[in-house]
Amino acid sequence: MGLLSDPQNRERILCFLIRHNSKLCILCYALGLVWFLLLPLPPLSAPTYISENALLPGLVEGTFGGGSQALVLSRDFAAHKDLVGGLPVEWLNKTMTSLGLEVHTQTFAVDLPFPDEINERYHVRGTNVQGVVRARRAASTEALVLHVPFLPEANDQATGLALSLAAHFRKQVYWAKDLIVLVTEHDLLGIQAWLGAYHGINLTSMGVRSSELGGYCGALQAALTLQLSSDVATSIDLQLHGPNGLLPNLDLPNLVHRLCLNEKILCTTQGLLPPQEDNAWWQSMHIMLLQALGQASTQPASEHGLFLRHRVEALGLKAINSHRQEKVSLNKLGRLLEGVFRSLNNLLERFHQSFFFYLLPSLQNYVSIGNYAPCAAAILVVLFLCAIELWAKLNPDKERGAREAAALNQASIPWLSVIGSIVIAHGLGIALYVGPLVAHQSAANYFDLPEDEAVSLTALGIGVSSLSLPHRGSTPQGWIWLKLFALLELGMLLLALDLLNFPLAFMLAIATVPAAVFSQPSHKTASIALLLVASPAALSLMGLALQTELNPHGPPSGQLGGFIGLFLRWLQCLSHSILEHQSLGTNLYPLLTLGLFPCWLQLWHVALWKE
Amino acid sequence: MDLWLLFLCALGVAVRAAIFYSPLSGAISERVELSTPQTAWRRVVEALTLLDLGVSPYEGDTFHETPMIIYIFHFLIDYSELVFTVVDITTTVILYLSAKKTALHLWEKQKSRKWSVDVSAILLRPKSLHWLPLHVAAAYLLNPLTIATCVARSTCALHNLLLALLMLATQNNSIILSAVFLALASYESLYPVVLLLPVILQLAQKEVKGKLTLRNPYLLCFILEYTVVFLGCLSVLLMLSYSLLYSSDFIPAVYGFILSVPDLTPNVGLFWYFFTEVFEHFRLFFICIFQLNAFIYTLPLIIVLSDHPQFLMFIQIALLAVFKSYPNLGDVAFYLALLPTWAHLNRYLRNSFLVLCLLLSCGVLFPILWHLWVFSGSANANFYYAATLAFSTAQILLISDYLYAFRRREFHLKHGIEIKTEDGRKMMVELK
Repeated sequence: MGLLSDPQNRERILCFLIRHNSKLCILCYALGLVWFLLLPLPPLSAPTYISENALLPGLVEGTFGGGSQALVLSRDFAAHKDLVGGLPVEWLNKTMTSLGLEVHTQTFAVDLPFPDEINERYHVRGTNVQGVVRARRAASTEALVLHVPFLPEANDQATGLALSLAAHFRKQVYWAKDLIVLVTEHDLLGIQAWLGAYHGINLTSMGVRSSELGGYCGALQAALTLQLSSDVATSIDLQLHGPNGLLPNLDLPNLVHRLCLNEKILCTTQGLLPPQEDNAWWQSMHIMLLQALGQASTQPASEHGLFLRHRVEALGLKAINSHRQEKVSLNKLGRLLEGVFRSLNNLLERFHQSFFFYLLPSLQNYVSIGNYAPCAAAILVVLFLCAIELWAKLNPDKERGAREAAALNQASIPWLSVIGSIVIAHGLGIALYVGPLVAHQSAANYFDLPEDEAVSLTALGIGVSSLSLPHRGSTPQGWIWLKLFALLELGMLLLALDLLNFPLAFMLAIATVPAAVFSQPSHKTASIALLLVASPAALSLMGLALQTELNPHGPPSGQLGGFIGLFLRWLQCLSHSILEHQSLGTNLYPLLTLGLFPCWLQLWHVALWKE
Repeated sequence: MDLWLLFLCALGVAVRAAIFYSPLSGAISERVELSTPQTAWRRVVEALTLLDLGVSPYEGDTFHETPMIIYIFHFLIDYSELVFTVVDITTTVILYLSAKKTALHLWEKQKSRKWSVDVSAILLRPKSLHWLPLHVAAAYLLNPLTIATCVARSTCALHNLLLALLMLATQNNSIILSAVFLALASYESLYPVVLLLPVILQLAQKEVKGKLTLRNPYLLCFILEYTVVFLGCLSVLLMLSYSLLYSSDFIPAVYGFILSVPDLTPNVGLFWYFFTEVFEHFRLFFICIFQLNAFIYTLPLIIVLSDHPQFLMFIQIALLAVFKSYPNLGDVAFYLALLPTWAHLNRYLRNSFLVLCLLLSCGVLFPILWHLWVFSGSANANFYYAATLAFSTAQILLISDYLYAFRRREFHLKHGIEIKTEDGRKMMVELK
């Protein structure tokens, strides 16, 4: 603290900070950006390793040989599916019982706040079926889950494989944990209903009515979600992130990757091949950016994501069947899963050894939180530096002489206009959050629109009209106070978000920080232009465009290309994110409307302040 | 001005009532930053239930409050929301009265001194002194930390009431009452016992003839007299507590608990993490070192601030909120409410912006790191402790900054604002 208490040093530091403020700001910003770009390179990304020793004994020779049984079961399942026109609960019940599992079914009902046009559902009714392999020599205090989402058009082979694996596992004696084979309907809604009933809690604002769940198996330790829609596969794609950027413990993807190497199965993540020697940086960066964008969207990568919210480490395995030569049979896939479950069976504690916060440039390398945190910190420092400069302007130090003292007389802090602007900005944020849900019904009736379009157009309408609300300052320097407040609020928001969901925070920071620092009434046009680019709407639009551009499979088929297509898709995503916030508890929409939008609006007022 | 106070109280009650009946109240009362093992309302309820079942409330390791709390809430448990709101309002009114007295005292002290040079720029102004009590009241009643403490029903609100009463009694120079309240405050949470010397110093300025040195027999006599009254009150309180339950279980359960820190539930203090890590055979040694922090600073502060007992008391209360074994945000709220009394030092504060940023970010970090650690299981205790360290650093910076500003202002009052060296340049202040 000598640095802070010695007045001469202090003076020197402060003068240095103020004199070189803009240079320092640019330097820190560039540092953050360059650091992020360097992340895929060796000293910052280290080779992955399995940290939990208890997982290693599972890397033994597999004995599963029920591939043909799996095929028969999946054909049977597909036939009954077509017969019933939905999830064949009866057949599953009968088959699981005949394979020796303990079967329980759960029915659930969810009413969405407005119709979901993408998945075409509104009042959702469904059934989950759960078969339990009880560990013979344990007291049902811990369990593992093999989860197969039911899809009307696909995933039959996954069901068959899961059933034949369960039959195989039942004959083994080494189980220390129960094994749950779970088939759920209506993707995320089904698994959410099951998890809620299993743990006896509801994590969203929406009521889920579900029947009593039988067959509890103690604390869930890990879960795998399987997607397999062909008789053979060429590679396995690991799907990592859950809602709100949650990630499974790094040991779990490492384990699956290691076992894939053992079985000589190609293992990928984000649907991209592992980086090759030439051009490794861009390929790693591509994978990392896709992961970051996925996390930033706050949507789960697959159905496994909701397990993470209940502190169950989970991973989505998606089998891909492309045109590659080497095909993987169901026997081999079964042996892979057998190895994974045997390893998990050996766990003595919850997953805790390895990282929970990381970025994966490839499955062989990881970037830990200690290595990526500096880029977030560097960008936050920019806000702090700018705030210090404003503070120094407002409190001219008597000792530093009259240089800034002349700039202001302190007696006239325009409390009314500053606080008014702050209150208006936050009120509009709340209106933007609540408005679409309250007003969409009447908007849909009045303009004769589908309800989900009405939701996104209401949000857009409130957002745009809030730009025109009164923002006139009574004194010339009032904007400094307002900007100081907005910078601090933005800083706190980004700091909090850095810990919860680093990719989202970093992307928001990269875009909003320059606009926030630059905005001032004397450069009105430039400030407004920068702010418009950094507005929450523009940011989400750019995020969507980037995701489309980077996605190896291109935009979803049957969609318009070009900017119009992008804009229409953005409107759809807007209503979808409101729906997901209500039904699954993802927090992108409240974050943008209640957090970022008020900060941004205050900066907007700063830029338009009348001097 | 009294109308303003009335308005303030009405606003405070309204805000508290609104939060009590909102879904937030459950979440707030679970916060470890507000409810320590010593002050948690849940433990009070548990103790009363045990008492109803005919079991000593100090059985087991749940309850660490004094029998007086049991006695109060035995009758009032159904009206706890009302009680805590009334306690907060009372504390506010008492702080208001006490600040009024302090302002008067500061004004008279300023008038009685002779100024050799022109220091009018840093002198107190009657206008700012006029509004000072109201600022103190508002800073206590409307501080989000106080509101949260009230909604969490942390018994810290009662400790704050006793401290406020002690300050008022001392300001009014009533020896007996101040001894009674000092005894009550010490009986409740032990640490206020370090305020004994500051209180004596303040009372002695009016009561004792002659210079306040240790050679002055009147002063020694007064110290002895006051200490005897204080100890008398304390023993009466302890005896009453004994007779309430006919057992002395409460002494190890309250004071032993405070001193030996057996419960390592995380809080905003510095103890819990350190003592989960430390080897068992060093524990006693480090406990002594850590506890020493709360007591040791009294002596040097008395030497430095012997002429300004009000400021000494403020600094000492603030230091307790940092160094006590189970600190919570209610303690912090109390000394933050006293800051407007010393608003005339703002000119010489150096790190106010840094401290502001640190405190704000801690306010954001505490709940988030707790969530990551305890609910989603992805972070761990180190993350939360880092926030605790930042919070303590911010508080220490704040306190030392005020101490510096006070000394600096005193220096300038004596030597003038603009000090030139012999060759006519401006003199820099150096801290040595």
